[in-house]
Amino acid sequence: MKQQIIVSGTGGQGVLFLTRVLAQAGLDMGLEVLTSETHGMAMRGGTVISHVKVGPFRSPLVMRGCADTGLILHRGNLEFHGDFIRQDGFCIVNADRPGSYLQVDAMAQAREIGSLVVANLVLLGFAVKKGALFCDVSVMDRVIREVSQPRNLEMNLRGFERGLQS
Amino acid sequence: MEQRILMGNEAIGRGLVEAGCTLASSYPGTPASEVLGSVVAFAGETDARMHIEWSVNEKVAYEVALGHSYTGKRSAVAMKQVGLNVASDPFMRSAYLGVKGGLVVVVADDPGPHSSQTEQDSRFFAQFARIPVFDPSSPAEAKEMVSRAFTLSERYELPVMLRPTTSVCHARQNVVCRTPDVPLREANFEKDPGRWVATPQFLTELHRRLNEKIEGIAAEKEFFPVCTEGDGSLSATCIISSGVAYAHTYELLENMGFLGKVDFFKVDLPYPLNRNFIDRVNSEYRDVLVIEETYPTIEMQLANRNIRGRISKDVPDYGELTPDVIRRVLREFLRVSREDETVLPQARGARPTLCPGCPHRAAFYGIKKTFPRGIFPSDIGCYTLGMNFGAVDTCHCMGACISQGAGLYHAYAADGGTFPTIVVTIGDSTFFHAGIPGLVNAVFTGARIIVVILDNATTAMTGNQPTPQVGLMADGSPGTTVHIPDLVRGSGVAFLRECDPYELDEFMNHLKDADAYCRSDDGGVAVIISKHPCIMDRDARTEQPRYEVFITDACIGCKVCIEQFECPALEYDEETEKVRVNENICIGCGVCETVCPVDAIAVERTVAQ
Repeated sequence: MKQQIIVSGTGGQGVLFLTRVLAQAGLDMGLEVLTSETHGMAMRGGTVISHVKVGPFRSPLVMRGCADTGLILHRGNLEFHGDFIRQDGFCIVNADRPGSYLQVDAMAQAREIGSLVVANLVLLGFAVKKGALFCDVSVMDRVIREVSQPRNLEMNLRGFERGLQS
Repeated sequence: MEQRILMGNEAIGRGLVEAGCTLASSYPGTPASEVLGSVVAFAGETDARMHIEWSVNEKVAYEVALGHSYTGKRSAVAMKQVGLNVASDPFMRSAYLGVKGGLVVVVADDPGPHSSQTEQDSRFFAQFARIPVFDPSSPAEAKEMVSRAFTLSERYELPVMLRPTTSVCHARQNVVCRTPDVPLREANFEKDPGRWVATPQFLTELHRRLNEKIEGIAAEKEFFPVCTEGDGSLSATCIISSGVAYAHTYELLENMGFLGKVDFFKVDLPYPLNRNFIDRVNSEYRDVLVIEETYPTIEMQLANRNIRGRISKDVPDYGELTPDVIRRVLREFLRVSREDETVLPQARGARPTLCPGCPHRAAFYGIKKTFPRGIFPSDIGCYTLGMNFGAVDTCHCMGACISQGAGLYHAYAADGGTFPTIVVTIGDSTFFHAGIPGLVNAVFTGARIIVVILDNATTAMTGNQPTPQVGLMADGSPGTTVHIPDLVRGSGVAFLRECDPYELDEFMNHLKDADAYCRSDDGGVAVIISKHPCIMDRDARTEQPRYEVFITDACIGCKVCIEQFECPALEYDEETEKVRVNENICIGCGVCETVCPVDAIAVERTVAQ
């Protein structure tokens, strides 16, 4: 198993949380994991991207044109990060309108279940459903339980399930 | 052995605890900030007895660690690359005098730079000081190198640097964790004035011994770079790399089909570079490419003018070596055609901005509004983002703003006549770090400036580490609180006010009074402490009153609230040509009410549930 993923969004959207969930899923499956994330000033509402590589890799970064899957939390980021994704890769986008990507309106879905902050998990659930990730529902479900803060767990799971149904 | 996903900085922290280190000190700074926090976490988890502190600055952190190592115990200090500039004084001399217990100096570099004021290479600094330096290529390797660094440090009684870069610090990887060593050493400071006091008469001898140590390390077989050998198809050709650039290069060579075709060396210890390696490269290879970040440290030690690298500019001599950059370099060096290469524009995306509800925004708005023609030196932290709305004119290095403000004042004052209002902004943590000497200096040299200390009770930019005024130690245990107003008064400041910047009118009145004081006959430095907790602090955010914000029909779409107040929660609606509130991100601070010139922003106190 070898997979390269990018997660793109703006500071505060939960890009880092998704990165951690994906990394833990890789570890739980006994795979090697390397990830890379943005820190510091850019986190204050700026554009952020993180890279996840599962399998025997050395470099923590994904090269442009090499990502098998892109999880895009902010549609506007396609302009900057869309070219990381392979031509035949999965481009999963949180967007309120369709486009040349697999669309899910994660914000609207998250608002409906009562917590905008779980839009990232809606997107994750949707990506799992589309078969865009190296792991299946049961692994992901277990990992979310493992890494969530107790006070956020229930809502995180609801977000994830909502994504699976979207 | 247990495997865990650890960030590079966490892996380093784990390595320090496992190696039986008994003191760790640091000052936060991206990309090094998480090292100390993870030492706290892992020491707690494994019941390791350690002294762990957020020191007030890197110089202090370095000296605390140094003193601890004089007793024979293992110590570590962590900082970002520009932190080493602050700690350079004790750092340089510690090479001459050496250490007893191992001292590992973690200095995180930031090629790119992503979050720093320079992209300097600390390996160069290590070479300048004559201190050995490890260059890890991954989180797992960074952890291993902590242990190797302690061993080397104690064998030669020298501090040893571990220099990760941003891409290693903030990478995460599965890392093997083991049970920490239990440190059994008791503190034992042996007096040796010739060494620990080392007046000039002793220093030439200490210098000679230091050179001997470095030559000894350069001769150690352990540090002869490991080679992934080629099959001879590219004769007399080799590639040399270190750090994360090695990891990128390895993967690129693999993808390009060149791994195993060309000799490929991995340098773990870029300074001092292994002597036999230098001889071998210079005698056996004709075509040599060196890929390293950020300065040509390895390249210069090879001292061979035929080498292709950063000096020859075959590798760009500035900027981060991302895989895309290295790919171009390798294609050129290996003479691979550049099929299908498209050069994409490097857009930077949304610019960072202060959070909705950030108290700094209110303070900056008030300053700019009160003194439209003022000069605004500022400093390093979240509040540097005040430049977005013209309330920050300079930013240099930690604590520089007060002294720069004084220098600006003296320039105008010397011309006679009136001088512009100079309002300096500095965060609370930055004030503790390096602002105090600048304030004392400004007071006693008679500078007439306003210093606004933006006290949000934390070190916000780097992840909310406590300041001395918070009174908490790194592990959450109580320390002794040091109050900023006491320090300000103790520095000889005669005008001191404290105010919550959310109360904009009151804050602006204090600014006017301060300006009048500066311009009065016996005027001098005026200090205003702008006091409101960082709203990233969950408790502070939930405890403060919350308002629902409405835009009324009176809105004329003048965008004053967007352009001059720059709150991300206020957006311009192109269709209605009015402003609207983005309720997803508005925290309900209610400050924007004061800002609207036509009173079209209404707020209503939300009743607490």
